[in-house]
Amino acid sequence: MSETTTAAELPVYMRRDGFDPAPELGALREGERVGRARSPFGVDVWVLTHHDDVRAALADSARFSNATPMRGMPGMPVPDAATLARMRAGNPLLADPPEHTRLRRLLTPEFTVRRMRRLEPRIHEIVDERLDAMQRCGPPADLISSFALPVPSLVICELLGVPTEDRAGFEHRTSRLLDMSVPPGERMRLQAESREYMARLVAREQRDPGEAMLGMLVREHGDDLSTDELIGIANILLIAGHETTSNMLGLGTLALLRHPDQLALVRDDPDAVAPAVEELLRWLSIVHTGVVRTTTTEVEIGGTRIGAGELVVFALPAANRDPDATTDPDRLDITRGEVGHLAFGHGVHHCLGAPLARMEMRVAFPALLRRFPGLAEVPGTAAFRSFHVVYGLTGLEVTW
Amino acid sequence: MSAPRTGTVRVLADRDVCVGAGNCVFADEAVFDQDDDGLVVVLVEEPPDGDGVRRAVQTCPSGALRLIDG
Ligand code: HEM
Ligand code: SF4
Repeated sequence: MSETTTAAELPVYMRRDGFDPAPELGALREGERVGRARSPFGVDVWVLTHHDDVRAALADSARFSNATPMRGMPGMPVPDAATLARMRAGNPLLADPPEHTRLRRLLTPEFTVRRMRRLEPRIHEIVDERLDAMQRCGPPADLISSFALPVPSLVICELLGVPTEDRAGFEHRTSRLLDMSVPPGERMRLQAESREYMARLVAREQRDPGEAMLGMLVREHGDDLSTDELIGIANILLIAGHETTSNMLGLGTLALLRHPDQLALVRDDPDAVAPAVEELLRWLSIVHTGVVRTTTTEVEIGGTRIGAGELVVFALPAANRDPDATTDPDRLDITRGEVGHLAFGHGVHHCLGAPLARMEMRVAFPALLRRFPGLAEVPGTAAFRSFHVVYGLTGLEVTW
Repeated sequence: MSAPRTGTVRVLADRDVCVGAGNCVFADEAVFDQDDDGLVVVLVEEPPDGDGVRRAVQTCPSGALRLIDG
């Protein structure tokens, strides 16, 4: 938590009250549907909240472009064009088709459901090792630093071929980089450091390609990808690969602890796990919005006309709790048996890592709950983080 | 959630549109798979109608899947 920014300064689409999106966001959805807010970058954006509007706009990459010109950070000098181009190279989230299609097609083979199944035994091992460590140290433990963060972090290291001893470094950088309360100057510096770190890893793989994904990308696509693109791809996979799933594991565990009947289902009934993961994704919607889009033409959405060249964000928690899309949307109900949430986005930018994230959660939640059937939160220790691009917990003490 | 359905449906998949997110495989593994490129492969072109296929089409993020009632 930071002392420098207060909750009221947060844009409406980032404000939360514990697990729930701020009431103002729901009110916007039920009223005007489309609102205005000042982003943490200090620019005004349109906010879409209704499930149908968000889904339609996410599916419309022609009129809602991701290739928004990068502005750098507020109050900081704008980097020169070459630097900006380098910063966005290889990041599918900052590209539109056909450029996006080219990058995505190189990456999809690595993230198929079948590939993830092959990784499953290794995920089990990583989860078990963390649980063993927790058991050895004994209660109380901080669930975030002892389980929720290391599991996805170790998995993505293994998948990419990133040395696990570098974990502390990149975990800290990523967490600060995505924290909107960290001063822009420091975030700029962290972004540069992140790239330098990846540049070193990529250079090593180019000399001697390893067996993991980075080595594979160099071996098989070394000719169609520039070094800057390789660095960009590796960077986004490392960042997106641990920061998101770890917050789902942390926040998801707390949500289950506060709904003991549903926790018992996840612990005891293997068939309950997959639907529970989907419902937690929907209910928690840890990614507040996707990346900001720019309209390429005048659009009309949810009854509001938005001009060309305007910035638009999608309030995923609002869309995922839309009573027009889900019955009794504010209730966590792992048995609701509905899918179609937007927590992984929608359209061509739909989360590339979804099969991996799903697999990690399906393994980790039941393993944790079975290992520690008496798992309980230490009251008053759950620390929600508000200023972060990905919602979650900074800490949660548990006993068993 | 929905009434049981009878009969079969035809599944159309557009591999040029597919973004390989695998939602369809999660929704109904008997009907959908991904090839080595990560793109959708329809295993059963005329499966029995059911929640699984319907859910696959509904949650496909790229709009690559369509059903034609049989
Ligand atoms: C529970 C965990 C996760 C959640 C909730 C999540 C959420 C999302 C969302 C909402 C988007 C779309 C953003 C937009 O359209 O602006 C996205 C895209 C993406 N995610 Fe995830 N993600 C998760 C895990 C992962 C993992 C484990 C990886 C990688 C290993 C990953 C890699 C990516 C990439 C590369 C994109 C960009 C795809 C594109 O632009 O085509 N994500 N994710
Ligand atoms: S859900 Fe749609 S985009 Fe994803 S693999 Fe299946 S067909 Fe392709």
